[in-house]
Amino acid sequence: MAKLDSKIPEGPLSEKWTKHQASIKLVNPANKKKLDIIVVGAGAAGSSAAASLAELGYNVKVFVFQDSSRRAHSIASQGGINATKNYKNDSDSDFRLFYDMIKGGDFRAREANVYRAAEISNNIIDQYVAQGVPFAREYSGYLSNRSFGGVQVSRTFYAQGQTGQQCTLAAYQALARQIKAGKAKMYARRDMLDLVTIDGKARGIITRNLVNGEIERHGAHAVVLATGGFGTVYYLSTLAINSNGSAALAAYKKGALMANPSMAQIHPTCVPVLNDYQSKLTLMSESLRNDGRVWVPKEKGDKRPASEIKEEERDYYLERKYPAFGNLVPRDVASRAAKERCDEGYGVGETGLAVYLDFRDAINNQGKETIKAKYGNLFDLYKKVTSIDPYEEPMRIYPASHYTMGGLWVDYNLMTTIPGLYAIGEANFSDHGANRLGASSLMQCSGDGYFILPVTIGDFLADEIRTPKIETDTPEFEKAEKEAKDKINRLMSVNGKQSPTSFHKRLGLILWTYSGMKRNEEGLKKALAEIKELKEEFWKDVKVAGKADDMNHELEKAARIADFFDLATLIVTDALDRKESCGAHFREEYQTEEGEPQRDDKNFSYVSAWEYKGEDEEPELYKEKLKFEFVTPIQRSYK
Amino acid sequence: MNITLKIWRQKNKDDKGGFVKYQLDNVSTEMTFLEMLDYLNEKLVHEDNDEPVAFDSDCREGICGACGLYINGRPNGPQEGVTTCQLTMSAFKDGDTITVEPWRSKSFPVMKDLVVDRTAFDKLIEAGGYISVNTGAAPEANSIPVKKQNADRAFDAGICIGCGTCVASCKNASAMLFVSAKISQLALLPQGKVEAKERARNLVKTMDELGFGNCSNTGACEAECPKDIKLTNIARLNREYYKAY
Repeated sequence: MAKLDSKIPEGPLSEKWTKHQASIKLVNPANKKKLDIIVVGAGAAGSSAAASLAELGYNVKVFVFQDSSRRAHSIASQGGINATKNYKNDSDSDFRLFYDMIKGGDFRAREANVYRAAEISNNIIDQYVAQGVPFAREYSGYLSNRSFGGVQVSRTFYAQGQTGQQCTLAAYQALARQIKAGKAKMYARRDMLDLVTIDGKARGIITRNLVNGEIERHGAHAVVLATGGFGTVYYLSTLAINSNGSAALAAYKKGALMANPSMAQIHPTCVPVLNDYQSKLTLMSESLRNDGRVWVPKEKGDKRPASEIKEEERDYYLERKYPAFGNLVPRDVASRAAKERCDEGYGVGETGLAVYLDFRDAINNQGKETIKAKYGNLFDLYKKVTSIDPYEEPMRIYPASHYTMGGLWVDYNLMTTIPGLYAIGEANFSDHGANRLGASSLMQCSGDGYFILPVTIGDFLADEIRTPKIETDTPEFEKAEKEAKDKINRLMSVNGKQSPTSFHKRLGLILWTYSGMKRNEEGLKKALAEIKELKEEFWKDVKVAGKADDMNHELEKAARIADFFDLATLIVTDALDRKESCGAHFREEYQTEEGEPQRDDKNFSYVSAWEYKGEDEEPELYKEKLKFEFVTPIQRSYK
Repeated sequence: MNITLKIWRQKNKDDKGGFVKYQLDNVSTEMTFLEMLDYLNEKLVHEDNDEPVAFDSDCREGICGACGLYINGRPNGPQEGVTTCQLTMSAFKDGDTITVEPWRSKSFPVMKDLVVDRTAFDKLIEAGGYISVNTGAAPEANSIPVKKQNADRAFDAGICIGCGTCVASCKNASAMLFVSAKISQLALLPQGKVEAKERARNLVKTMDELGFGNCSNTGACEAECPKDIKLTNIARLNREYYKAY
């Protein structure tokens, strides 16, 4: 177990980070200039990290698969970003945010990391405001807040339904400033294919130039992965269609442990699947549940239009089942409740796989203009996708794959088990346990990027000041490059009959069916077998059109899907191991009489961390025991 | 429905390129335009043994700005206020011939088929589309009150997605709407005023250097912008620019 040293500082919760910062090793400015850092992915986490590291004086190289880092999928984050400013005088505090996140995550996250996230949340708001993020304001000119799921205070800062866009662009602009200053260099349209380790340390990456297909080597003293989550493994998701898990998987295969991969968030409020051609699902921000009421008809199979269903014929099931939190229960609870109603035959719409999110009462009480000011762009977005006007008719929503709480295992310094390899933002596992609360992803991404990594990376780099520039003409780079080329050649040479996307769809369906909102042992075992078969079929019958040495989106897709098989296997393996229910991980065998998740703290109060053991070999499980010194795990209740 | 597509095919940036016609049957009106292209590609690869049509797209919900095609002579096609990924096939009817081209502008060279290089927009932001505040140097957020009206206007300008529709729709291939959106957002906020002059000078200079044309107030950019960025931003840019000298 020596492998998992979480490096959590001693002392009271509220002093850990301060003490850690004071005792961590430093790199002097003259030496920073000699050190190179690679950052892969540049959404809210990657851009903020790259900009902050460059400001400190490091030489930063940034790699993104998009044509510009402004397009990273943090841009689509809608509802907001949490901070404990307590501007509302509603008794908010660092401890309260910490407790909400620990509880929301169903007591499967690390206390110290979560407290730190809460502790630095205010600095993030300060930073974004100074950078020009136009957060919503009151008529007084001061910042406005709203509330979000799973909490009872209003601590969410927002810019209509485009908070992620505004924050991501601010981080993008901070990075642009460093690019102009020559401290950061952008490598756009690059896919990371492999991680290069030398003497056990992360020293570089292999990329494919997506314009001309060239396989490239890039060296650095440390590598930071800010590559987001892998929710696209489910095929249909709220993520961008090119979001993927390949960089994380490459790190895993080079020895970084993967933590809690089965902890995948299915977001309750998304536009339902409309047809077979659909390539993605659109998120409708959780903030809508502030004013929207969720309901289904009381009568099974009632197909009348919503407007004809009288008040007493409606089942506001969240308000009924969870009176204390009502429509603002956490995401995992809301998703399961929607699935339960639809599975029982109460769902609405043509497919019966949808529930209503209704603004009739909010519009009557507050007026259309007020609702428009709060959610106007979300209503417009909804109308564009569905042709239904939510001012007139309730929205139809259904859960969809959205976020991965799991990710690469990192210690308190955000370093993986490979020295010099860091994972930040959604790419790591650290802050959200078994379920993420709304408006805490932007918070964590930005906190990791602006305020944590730039400090903690010094602890590793302080010992690297004598390491010369990492040259790439070494056997390690050569080997990694050859393996990357071999994989590409292998994909190109299968020359079968089925498209990469058709495999992705089938894989997504397996996962959605057996490892989605509800799981059980039998189904998970079935999933393992089916994924294995599908993977074999893929390598025998996939057809990748075009050429390897050219811009080739089909090849990009195929390479990512090849990795999804391994990620899916890991997700299911983890879900099988965890014989309890917690947060988003709901094993049907383990539930309370009321159908809520039944945790087993005695046997499963750990972070699972999986080690790669070779192609198609069973990975080895390491357990990081979770210690709760400052809170007492309780049965989560939102009733 | 059955449609005919006339699509611009170009092997790489040096290739001359040209239109190629495709017949596509059984298109559903429920498809988005890009899902229709996915469907075409699937057919090209698996039935015709042809190379798929390259086009950029990512979020497919109108926020990342990666997509953007010239469709029947209009950026993002016939529907109002949508990005190309939000355009649905219900805008077309059986028997239609649909012409699909990449953005056409000297500053956005075509890389392959419908994919263009928009790094010129990144260069513009690098030229000063930011507030120079280092991490950690920010004052307490509420120590800078901002008039609500100005914060709202800054937001309305700040929601630009950098898709390039403005440039593509402009007969001069001007980037004025894009530049003015960033200039406006930052000039409307007290935090951004400190560097306002430098910013206006540097962005306008860089815009010229990158080969974008000038604005002649036609207003096509505003009419076609999927995010409804207003021409008043260009007026504000002009004012900021005059003030800067």
